[in-house]
Amino acid sequence: MKSLHLIFIEILQVIIVIAVAPAFAGWVDMLKCWTQGRTSAGVLQPYRNIAKLFVKDVVLAGNASWIFRFTPYLVFGSAVVVGSVVPIISMNLFLAPSADIIVGIAIFASARFFMALAGMDIGTAFGGMGASREMMVASLTEPAILMAIFTVSLAGRSTSLLHIARSFTSGALVLRPSIVFAAIAFLLVVIAETGRIPVDNPSTHLELTMIHEAMILEYSGRHLALIEWGSMIRFFLFVTLGIACFLPWGIAVKDNVGDIAISVFFMVIKLCVVGGVLVIIETGLAKMRLFRLTEFLWAAFLMATLGVIAFFILE
Amino acid sequence: MKRLAKALSAAFGADAKADGHREPVTFTVPVERFADAAKTLKESYAFLCAQWATDDTNSDRGYGIYACFRHGSEYIIVRASMSRDNPEFPSLVKHFVPAYRFERQIRSLMGVTPVGHPDERPWIKFEDWPEDSWPLRKSFDASKRMARHEGQYAWLGAEGEGVYEIPVGPVHAGIIEPGHFRFQAVGETIINLEERLGYVHKGIEKRFESMTWETAVKLAGRVSGDTTVAHSIAYCMALESMTHCHVPVRAQWQRALFLERERIANHIGDIGAICNDAAFAFMLYQCSRLKEAMLATNHRLFGHRFMMDKVIPGGVTVDIDVTAKKEILSELDFLDEDFNRLVRIYEESSSLEDRVRGTGILTSELARELCVVGVVARASGINVDCRVHNPFPPYDSIGIEAQVLIAGDVHARVWVRVVEIRASMSILRSILTKMPGGPIAVECSAPLPDTTGFAAVEGWRGEIIYWLQSGQIGQINRCMVRDPSSVNWLALEQAIKGNIVPDFPICNKSFNQSYSGHDL
Repeated sequence: MKSLHLIFIEILQVIIVIAVAPAFAGWVDMLKCWTQGRTSAGVLQPYRNIAKLFVKDVVLAGNASWIFRFTPYLVFGSAVVVGSVVPIISMNLFLAPSADIIVGIAIFASARFFMALAGMDIGTAFGGMGASREMMVASLTEPAILMAIFTVSLAGRSTSLLHIARSFTSGALVLRPSIVFAAIAFLLVVIAETGRIPVDNPSTHLELTMIHEAMILEYSGRHLALIEWGSMIRFFLFVTLGIACFLPWGIAVKDNVGDIAISVFFMVIKLCVVGGVLVIIETGLAKMRLFRLTEFLWAAFLMATLGVIAFFILE
Repeated sequence: MKRLAKALSAAFGADAKADGHREPVTFTVPVERFADAAKTLKESYAFLCAQWATDDTNSDRGYGIYACFRHGSEYIIVRASMSRDNPEFPSLVKHFVPAYRFERQIRSLMGVTPVGHPDERPWIKFEDWPEDSWPLRKSFDASKRMARHEGQYAWLGAEGEGVYEIPVGPVHAGIIEPGHFRFQAVGETIINLEERLGYVHKGIEKRFESMTWETAVKLAGRVSGDTTVAHSIAYCMALESMTHCHVPVRAQWQRALFLERERIANHIGDIGAICNDAAFAFMLYQCSRLKEAMLATNHRLFGHRFMMDKVIPGGVTVDIDVTAKKEILSELDFLDEDFNRLVRIYEESSSLEDRVRGTGILTSELARELCVVGVVARASGINVDCRVHNPFPPYDSIGIEAQVLIAGDVHARVWVRVVEIRASMSILRSILTKMPGGPIAVECSAPLPDTTGFAAVEGWRGEIIYWLQSGQIGQINRCMVRDPSSVNWLALEQAIKGNIVPDFPICNKSFNQSYSGHDL
């Protein structure tokens, strides 16, 4: 009976992740429109986009191999797998002990690896260009994100997200210098990982400036829908991961309906606020020149390293 | 006699026959000395504005080759005749770089050979057209369907460790005109960019020849849709110079009013679009809002958002009354305030500044070599502005100056636009307060047979040149259109060298040349 209950919570969480991620992306887009002085298409627009792409036919290049066809499913699937281990609504997540935070990052990295392969698979100039840029960004973000996570796991004495979140909520962890450094590093890395301004521009039509979009330029129909949806889930998960690591207050420790309802309520508020912060960064900044990214991501790495050092010196 | 004319007369003596009745003065030289004439003028610091050929075989004079030069406010045209059987002339490429494309175009469309030109590939003409199809020749029947055959364009290539090629276009991911750009890059650094244009070739110059003088103004207004006012004015002024038609003063002021409104609207749109290419979308939407407000006012007051077909030979078609005047003035106040707020945001965004400064530098030396015009020239330290150097009323009396910067980067091109918008706003205010009364159009007589007309007008992109020639029965025999894009596209290729691939869009947008005006 107990385990059935846990499975139910797990399924609920996966459904929430898949279903809510587009709404979060829509919320960010909506805020973005408002800050630019426009009326927005509403929170539901990403759902309409996905629905539209699903009814369209797939146009496949003649020389596309299985990698190209397989990648959209991998991207979507990996996002869902990670979505099942991040404690979003409950601490007692059935699958959470099966993977720690480093595994989560590794799953995303493998999805990215396949995306880069798929970009090069067709042999167009843009695919290769986007893949090479994406790999450059990845080689700089991944050390930074791992460093940020090490800081948090040092403080939480575990790399398991559940342990970290538990020690935060139990008050064992208060806001400390190392955590603040790690949080700043994590924010910078999330911007880079999810391809947002000032690193990449998700809404651009300029082929030559694209990073992520250049890799998936040849995708269409349901393939594109899955990749877009997967990216939205990824974006949502990075934000919730940040929330789980740095702002875990309000998450349900016990699994009764009331606690979960409160946890969902807090989650929504936290997501809205974090979305707002991201939008302010995005609207206020122009995209960086490509080779400035190294400075930006080194800053993230530096912050994360400072977090680790601060932990050993100050705490 | 002015500087260039004097220099040419001194060097050529009896070999250069001046036709002083025409404005600008046209010298006829022997065809074998055509390049010498260019060399002489180059030594007098002339710029090459345009080069074109005419087919005079119907009047038994073979082919004509023309080149138009400018120095300060002086224009001069040098022409030479070629025989019907052997139409060739010495190439000017050695002396003037822009001749590179002018002459490729002349060879492709008129079948006249520039001897000594280093590049034999066609320009604008498609490679699958038959070798001997020269659309601008009188013998070419434009109503027939063009035969097609196999053809390949020979691209420039680059080889070496790590060199790769990025073909972009002609179909782009955004909604823009078609053009093909081929980059040779090492990593992200561009070592060469080759443009291939001509995808919107519509045969406009040929089409002019089958139109009447009155209807052709409509075609001129459609050469490049965003510059419709400037093109119509240039055509009308060229025609009026042929017929010695005296346009009423009020009509000229009205034309200036249209021209400046077109300039402001397009410059504002450009500034937003440039910022958007650095992913600073806020500026795009705010600038679009201001541009849209102007276009809506145009529609309300003049009946067309872009003021198309409002300029006709002999004057203009719409007058403004007191309420319209008030409306424009109050709109200017609102534009002024909002625009200055946006400029402050532009200035204070350091991340934006990082993208626009030092990007896509076109040095003054290069700009001079390439004879660029308009905003691009003024951002690279070249003082050219027809409104200053060849003003028509009211520009001669309201006191304006060319806005010149020397940096030559994207920021300079943005800033020239900013300063010009402010200048144009004050020009509009003076026009509205001082506009004289009187009729807005007069009847113009048809041109006499075998005459030519010329006009240069500063559109928002830069100097637009029209050269008209009437035939034996007074019809349009040739209408040469030189949009600023015809020279400025070449400068983009040069400005982009050494930049990184992702910086190309913002450089391209800062030039913002017309495909349609170039491809004709």
